[in-house]
Amino acid sequence: MNNRINQLFESKKENIFSVYFTAGFPKLGDTVKIIQELEKNGVDLIEIGMPFSDPTADGPTIQRSSEVALKNGMSLKLLFEQLKDIRQSVNIPLILMGYLNPVYQYGMEAFCQKCAEVGIDGTILPDLPLDEFDAEYRKYYEAANLHNVLLITPQTSEKRIRQIDDASAGLIYMVSSSSTTGAGKKVEDFHQDYFERVQNMNLKNPRVIGFGISDQATFANACKYAQGAIIGSAFVTAIKDSDNLEKDIATFVKSIDPGR
Amino acid sequence: MKYQVNEKGYYGEFGGAWIPEMMYTNIEELKTRYLGIIESEEFRTEFDKLMKDYVGRPSPLYYASRLSEHYGSNIYLKREDLNHTGSHKLNNTIGQILLAQKLGKTRIIAETGAGQHGVATATVCALKGIKCVVYMGALDVSRQAPNVKKMKMLGAEVVPVHSGNKTLKDATNEAMRDWINNPEDTHYIIGSVVGPHPYPDMVARFQSVISKEMRSQLLEQTGSELPTRVLACVGGGSNAAGAFYHFLDDEQVELIGVEAAGKGVDTNETAATLTVGSPGVLHSARTMLMQTEDGQIIEPYSISAGLDYPGIGPLHAHLHKTGRAKFLAATDEEVLQSVLLLTQKEGIIPALESAHALAALDKIKMNPDDVNVVNLSGSGNKDMETYLNYFGY
Ligand SMILES: Cc1ncc(COP(=O)(O)O)c(C=O)c1O
Repeated sequence: MNNRINQLFESKKENIFSVYFTAGFPKLGDTVKIIQELEKNGVDLIEIGMPFSDPTADGPTIQRSSEVALKNGMSLKLLFEQLKDIRQSVNIPLILMGYLNPVYQYGMEAFCQKCAEVGIDGTILPDLPLDEFDAEYRKYYEAANLHNVLLITPQTSEKRIRQIDDASAGLIYMVSSSSTTGAGKKVEDFHQDYFERVQNMNLKNPRVIGFGISDQATFANACKYAQGAIIGSAFVTAIKDSDNLEKDIATFVKSIDPGR
Repeated sequence: MKYQVNEKGYYGEFGGAWIPEMMYTNIEELKTRYLGIIESEEFRTEFDKLMKDYVGRPSPLYYASRLSEHYGSNIYLKREDLNHTGSHKLNNTIGQILLAQKLGKTRIIAETGAGQHGVATATVCALKGIKCVVYMGALDVSRQAPNVKKMKMLGAEVVPVHSGNKTLKDATNEAMRDWINNPEDTHYIIGSVVGPHPYPDMVARFQSVISKEMRSQLLEQTGSELPTRVLACVGGGSNAAGAFYHFLDDEQVELIGVEAAGKGVDTNETAATLTVGSPGVLHSARTMLMQTEDGQIIEPYSISAGLDYPGIGPLHAHLHKTGRAKFLAATDEEVLQSVLLLTQKEGIIPALESAHALAALDKIKMNPDDVNVVNLSGSGNKDMETYLNYFGY
């Protein structure tokens, strides 16, 4: 069985629109609805945030959504419970994104098996470095046909980018600049030279750019240098007080890419 | 060498560098360069000179005769409270500021709980003329006000952190975020033996001056380099790591770490990580943590801001696991009684943190001939408001 992430990048080479949201936010039971609405509105790829008490790579918006989600009662167990029938209603590739400790407590092998069971295609765990992944966890991922998505940043050396490319099988997550997550950047704030440098490396994996992508201009700019871009904080902010997810998600998607 | 870190940064199963890629370049640079730098002749000379002329080392090893009489055994106090800035924290910040200069860094960040590490960092930044930003939980800003003012007077920017429980853990999160946002010019001076490899080993090496001095002072005063036991309080565990370091391979020396029980290890208000914790990953290290079964970090509690941390350095997790060190916990109440006892028996007002080590003297069996060394990690000056409120003077 081919992984849905690979299917996506085989069938679509540009303008891949990816959205991050925090599971359990704004309301505990919104998870499935948000996924369905994102797919319906033409989004290509979804990162489902598993909230953690100490999100050290995140800025204020995702810190707050994580705090609220945990207060609402979100946990990894509950998230899997909410997702158990998700493949009956959507076909979009799904990636779980979060920090290692909750996964570590769940048990990495059990976690991978559960991902396969509900139809998760990959994970992004920023505090799980490549060498630890290779040493202890790769075997569970391979058995579950699950991709571990690795990050690169403007500081990552060419040698390490090659190493990460070799170790990846789905996509590479390009952190847009040296920063934690958060909206509010302008096109001029990004290192275009870094985008170009990586673009010219002819990596075997497709790339998506994330962190700080927040509007039509930053999304379009990122898509010039990579197969697509991820929007997180701006989406979390757009739905934070929503009492009509259907309408607010449609409006948000159009605001980023009017063609959807 | 059984208790040293291995080349991957592990003490047994604990430690490592569980860092996001955004920190990779900085941690890799530290990892490959720290030993070469801190073992160089030039560094050693500079470090030793500052230890002597600036910090005021060696700190005395003081035989506390009235306290010894009270306990019917021999109690020695390693007087880290007499260091410049009033605690052991300066040993580490001197080492790290010299290292940061060698790495060409021009901006320093730090987290602080009690404010002692913040003051020690602001102090070395003033000494070297380097820009300094200190993250401090908003609750700690209010309960350690004199240290906040000191840091500002020293020229540091103090940033109150409002997330989580507004204490040390949250300040550490924010310092890490700062480093992610400023990867090129900034060095992060972590204040304890926590965080990713090589920090635990590096900080332990800088603090190891404590046990190095203890050995020669004990030889002079007792005729043997080795005491019966060494006691130290443990938050992240840097003063304990320094006090234990040169005794680790002398297995006959009993090592006792004392955590903060807060209101009791059987209550929800505690910071006794090794008693109530389990293995996990926080602040880029695999170690023992206070956490829920879902892997969310539990907010710790202690009257002492410096021990109010839900993790512990990986060295101590390993010493605990292997049984090389024993770990006890002292409650707020017990600690305050120990503060008063030392104050009135010896005329020394200890820091709340250090008084945890003193409180353990009531919990262990000591023979009359035993040589007990308590690491008095800091002075009580910063805690006067708490003491005055509690004791009602
Ligand atoms: C006097 C004193 N002792 C001990 C500690 C705890 O730190 P560690 O466990 O790293 O020695 C602190 C921390 O602020 C302190 O100020």
